[in-house]
Amino acid sequence: MTSSKASWLFWLADDALVLSQRLSEWCGHGPVLEEDIALSNIALDLIGQARALLSLAGEREGKGRDENQLAYFRTDREYCNLLLLELPNGDFGDTMARQFFFDQFSLLRYEALAAQTEDKELAAIAAKAVKEVRYHSAHSSKWIVRLGDGTPESKERIQASINRLWDYTGELFMDYGMNESPESESVMPALASLVEPWNKAVGAIIAQATLELPKTSWAQNGGRIGKHTEHLSYMLAEMQVLPRTYPDAKW
Amino acid sequence: MVKNLLERIESRLHRVMDPELPFLTVMELGMIRGIALVNNTAVIQLTPTYTGCPATDAIKEDLQNAAEEIHPNVQIELVMTPAWTTDWISDETRSKMAQNGVAPPEGQSADKAFLLGDERIVPCPRCKTNKTKLVSPFGSTACKAHFTCLECLEPFDHFKCI
Repeated sequence: MTSSKASWLFWLADDALVLSQRLSEWCGHGPVLEEDIALSNIALDLIGQARALLSLAGEREGKGRDENQLAYFRTDREYCNLLLLELPNGDFGDTMARQFFFDQFSLLRYEALAAQTEDKELAAIAAKAVKEVRYHSAHSSKWIVRLGDGTPESKERIQASINRLWDYTGELFMDYGMNESPESESVMPALASLVEPWNKAVGAIIAQATLELPKTSWAQNGGRIGKHTEHLSYMLAEMQVLPRTYPDAKW
Repeated sequence: MVKNLLERIESRLHRVMDPELPFLTVMELGMIRGIALVNNTAVIQLTPTYTGCPATDAIKEDLQNAAEEIHPNVQIELVMTPAWTTDWISDETRSKMAQNGVAPPEGQSADKAFLLGDERIVPCPRCKTNKTKLVSPFGSTACKAHFTCLECLEPFDHFKCI
């Protein structure tokens, strides 16, 4: 694991990078052209956030690694994204349910980071990201409502997606003891404090969509400490193959 | 002397076009936050519109090349704070956008309307009617949304308010 000052940044960066890679798999496969473009646009925003965050993390880590080295030359065990985000795309409902759960969380997290004044560089990245994620969360929320309050089949399928992914949402708020680290304490919002606003925001949309959230509270976890599902290494294999095969390749 | 040099660089930068909106300059879009001479290096501060905008690298290169025509040492510095906003686009530039078929950002209210779930009122840049429909909040580039006019049936881009 990396030093604590940089590692919190890796949480943010890897969330953005891994979800971006997954969403870009939809490119050319979206259910309609507009949605294909929307998913690619969201992927693009996320990769922009990941680049800024990885560059900053690399700088602070002080090992001379830039954004590309961090993205392409770390193994799955060195990635600390949420398990939720590395899962295969599944059908469109699975992709939207994942996006919806994460967007609501990401918005709260970036808003908190934009509001703190301790770490100005991170606050600047977060302020920009807030504007982008607002669009993402408006988009995924509308899809949840459209699918849930749609046809019997769309309702059944989006409900099934929500049920499938629910166990992965608990990890959003797990800090793995990170708050005990003196350096990150001042900047990182207490993740537990985001639970209530997240439940409220998610609950309102789910109710509007005439859907239900599962009652279980057991959570899949391990992503933050490098213990991933098998899916991440396959994803990284595809993402990293070119720079690992030709480390000096240039456009 | 320094003032003169900076003025010459600035006037050269006024001719650097945005690759995605080729009828506008990056100056007009408010992406240049400052030009200064630091230890004989011309430092140009650039604020990207979207963090993931793939045009940012191309713009950086274009600015570098343009400024190097005037001064040999040029450095492009990315400035993230304050975050770029469509509020920095002048009225003149907005009407230029409309003339070129891109509906300009309509101030903050239109943006909030979308985020609150209401339909935005974006006039058609071609026939000026308010009877238009949002097709998708994500358009041909990160900064644009896709609309269609219900009167003249023209599909058009709307520059998003951020």
